[in-house]
Amino acid sequence: MKYITIFNELNITRQCKRYGVPLWQCPQFLFLVMGLVVIIVAIATYYIGTQYIWDPRLVALIVLIVSTILFVVGFIISQSFERLAEANKIKSEFISVVSHQLRTPISNLGWAIELLMSGRLGKIEKKQTEYFTILKENIGRMRELVKDLLMVSRIETQTLLFKGKEFCLAELTQELIKDFEPVAKASNVQIVFNQPKRIPLVFADPFQIRQVVENLLDNAIRYIQNKGDIRIKIEARDNKLYFKIKDNGVGIPPEDQKYIFQKFFRADNAMKYQTQGSGLGLYIAKSIIEKSKGRIGFISQKEQGSTFWFYLPILKENNIKN
Amino acid sequence: MKKILIIEDESALQKTLGDSLSQQGYQPISALDGEIGLKLAQSKNPDLILLDLILPKMHGFDVLKKIRENPATKETPVIVLTNLESIQELEKAMELGATTYLVKANYSLEELLAKIKQVLSE
Repeated sequence: MKYITIFNELNITRQCKRYGVPLWQCPQFLFLVMGLVVIIVAIATYYIGTQYIWDPRLVALIVLIVSTILFVVGFIISQSFERLAEANKIKSEFISVVSHQLRTPISNLGWAIELLMSGRLGKIEKKQTEYFTILKENIGRMRELVKDLLMVSRIETQTLLFKGKEFCLAELTQELIKDFEPVAKASNVQIVFNQPKRIPLVFADPFQIRQVVENLLDNAIRYIQNKGDIRIKIEARDNKLYFKIKDNGVGIPPEDQKYIFQKFFRADNAMKYQTQGSGLGLYIAKSIIEKSKGRIGFISQKEQGSTFWFYLPILKENNIKN
Repeated sequence: MKKILIIEDESALQKTLGDSLSQQGYQPISALDGEIGLKLAQSKNPDLILLDLILPKMHGFDVLKKIRENPATKETPVIVLTNLESIQELEKAMELGATTYLVKANYSLEELLAKIKQVLSE
């Protein structure tokens, strides 16, 4: 049993996976690198020492001192990385537990209000319906937030499963546009999408990609002030299917652009125009697209609007949805 | 009147589900833990069972396994109704003989009632 524990401690990839951090941030890996550095520096010090110093005892002493100092520094660095990785892991677990625990009361509330609103338990006055609608909408918001938090926790703990299959991105987009139509109309936004006739199927997890398109559409509508339009384009190029969504909304200020895919980040002007929003949507979108072997990016100009794009791999050019 | 057994430890959900089902003309039977749930499944002979997974005294999977082992309840449809969303749980539930697997957070009451109606008519 003890040997297994020692072996597991030595198994660096396993340890790094446990923390859910990239290899170069993993404390065990850093410790190994520092060990190598100590050895190299010790040898280098020895060679340099023997060139200039004749007394071998002095050379040995210098090599010893330099190695010890480096070892101590390396140890402190890897220790602090370990603490950081540990804290990061606890945070991810915390998000996971909290969001799971929040789901139950949210379902309780949602179903109870639905039952009340249905009028099956008694007649509802018009004024009461208005308030029930407010409650229902707010529960919907909580549900979305918890869904996003759960997604983030799955991404961070690397437990997000990829159930890839071939599907038609244009069809999925069309469906979502239909779902968003009432919100778009209420915000004076027109969505233009000319569904291409023959389009190759993409290979990805359709539920996850749905969330990506949903987030991009939601952002585009949300950050259009007063009135505007959104143009969506899907086209195939070099074994990839490109999705492009262009809006004439508030845009992203240049100083905020490099942070836009970070979790919980919200641009300054976004906060001004829209107080709602968790800053998770684009982080989730990026993680999903990268996990699907695609890429995501954008170009944006403040006050002019943004164009977000992503591409996904096409398995076979001839798999075409007519 | 069709009997529906609700094995669910959340009393708030028990009440909402119970009331909704009564409104729809079903007879709800409530069980707040796995052990009582299993006992009622065998003694009351329900037409459908709604089963939560994380339950006191006996886990939903054990309840489901025992339900399927008993010849009297072997064919009774069981809808697993939970907030656990991992693929492992879903696969295990289906392997143990669940009729269908629903994640509470993803369903509105209306959709759930429609699903119940559908399972009962099959």
